[in-house]
Amino acid sequence: MIETMLGSKGSKGSKGSKGNRGSTPTGTADPVDEVFLVDPSIRERRRRTLIVVVARVALTLVALLSWEMASGRLVSEFWISSPGAVWSALAEFAGDGQLLPAVWATLVETALGFVAGAATGIAVGLLFGVSSLVARTLDPFLVAFNSIPRVALIPLFILWFGIGLETKVLFAATLVFFPVFMNTFAGARDVDRDLIDVIRVMGASRFDAVRQVLIPSALVWVFAGLRMSVPFALIGAVVAEMFTSNEGLGYLISVTANQYDTAGSFAALLVTTALGLALTGAVSLLERRTLRWRPATG
Amino acid sequence: MTPILEFHDISKVFFKGSQQIHALSQVTAEVGDGELLAIVGPSGCGKSTLLNLAAGLMKPGTGRLLYRGHPLTGVNTEVAYITQKDNLLPWRTVEDNIALPLGLGGRARLGKHERRERLARQIELVGLSGFEKHYPSELSGGMRKRAQLARSLVYEPDVLLMDEPFGALDAQLKLVLQAELLRTWEGTGKTLVFVTHDLTEAISLADRVIVMSSRPGRIKAVERIELPRPRDPFTIRFEPGFGEYFDRLWSALREDIHQGSEA
Repeated sequence: MIETMLGSKGSKGSKGSKGNRGSTPTGTADPVDEVFLVDPSIRERRRRTLIVVVARVALTLVALLSWEMASGRLVSEFWISSPGAVWSALAEFAGDGQLLPAVWATLVETALGFVAGAATGIAVGLLFGVSSLVARTLDPFLVAFNSIPRVALIPLFILWFGIGLETKVLFAATLVFFPVFMNTFAGARDVDRDLIDVIRVMGASRFDAVRQVLIPSALVWVFAGLRMSVPFALIGAVVAEMFTSNEGLGYLISVTANQYDTAGSFAALLVTTALGLALTGAVSLLERRTLRWRPATG
Repeated sequence: MTPILEFHDISKVFFKGSQQIHALSQVTAEVGDGELLAIVGPSGCGKSTLLNLAAGLMKPGTGRLLYRGHPLTGVNTEVAYITQKDNLLPWRTVEDNIALPLGLGGRARLGKHERRERLARQIELVGLSGFEKHYPSELSGGMRKRAQLARSLVYEPDVLLMDEPFGALDAQLKLVLQAELLRTWEGTGKTLVFVTHDLTEAISLADRVIVMSSRPGRIKAVERIELPRPRDPFTIRFEPGFGEYFDRLWSALREDIHQGSEA
């Protein structure tokens, strides 16, 4: 019993990386005192985690079941389809070789758009953070750009770049840019001035100060922006596909909807959602790896 | 003793919104090469401003500041600045924090071997062996202080500017670190300017104590402390003579304490 308690505690939670570095925070307390293993609060904590997991599963089952029950009885299957039909549609997409190419196309557009938008967002954010002159000059222009309804740009992008990859990547990038830029700028402004002073006294150049203090310090904020804008990249790619494409998940969504194939639409949406979750998870993982120095909380 | 730092008739005004704050008024003082000078005064007396001026992070309003006989034109990179806050970079391990100054300025040209040797020596000196790979957030307050001190000593600056370095620590740890500081400093010939509001701390450590008045900061008293070295901060307050120094300096300080606490 004790073994399993320790095992499950150690494997979950965000402290995994700490164990690899050999010792606990204070460098002592290695042989765990027996009394702490029987502390009821350990059991209580485990119980609460279990409740959350069970509740989530139950909620999902109830939702799916009521959907299945309502479909065809309370509301026509034409409007809301049913979990079973969505599953079949999904299997069909997978079976006839539509699914993987669609996921791949959307994934490539999303990833490229994300990288392009994030890179420019970080670069401009840092520039603003380093030079208040640039920040004051350009601020109204960025506010103006940000208030443009981004979807309205798609026809222009098509005009300029055609209906290929470029339009989708660029559109996704415009959505990613602003949250990343704003977070990076906020992070750069949030930097502890004392750290900059102290490193300058050590002989650091302006460049050193940016590289050694400003960027690492802003990174916490940058990652918050990155995590937030993963869904935006995906939304950008899918919306652009719905406008103009013959591939990708957005195309699948609009084709199925145009054919009144609600099951197909739901299936495509389901895959899109899963893709969004997976990408956000990947960025969160990268964040945890990069920001390992942060004190563990909770 | 030749002065390494000279403050000539320096005054300084800050603006807090539209309000003027008179931080320093006509301060003239010298810091001798190799001297341990303590500056004592109530909070808000411009002690920190003096250090910021010496580090070149601020320019004097009126008056002149000389470092080795020359006015400072920018940040003074021949000093180390140690504040109450440890200012360690939280994303770097202890080791990487202490090595930080070795990668900056002209020291970036130091050989790998030399770098590693200096690093190991400092870590050993401050007693942080075994904690090289820890992040600052995993250290106790005292250990962070030691890491900060090691980072300042590793680049062998001529002057250490310390701004209430032990201000936030508990009384026992404070004594331990005072003792470590004296042990590290005595015999090195380095200049140390130590700002504190603790008169006992000032007398225990310093060759000379300057007492400043509250806003605007003025020099009220200067006292040479002739207690023998090496000193032991745990017992020095019981030495003959300590009490007299304390009484004299305290009477200079006392009038301003009340005012200072209101500011």
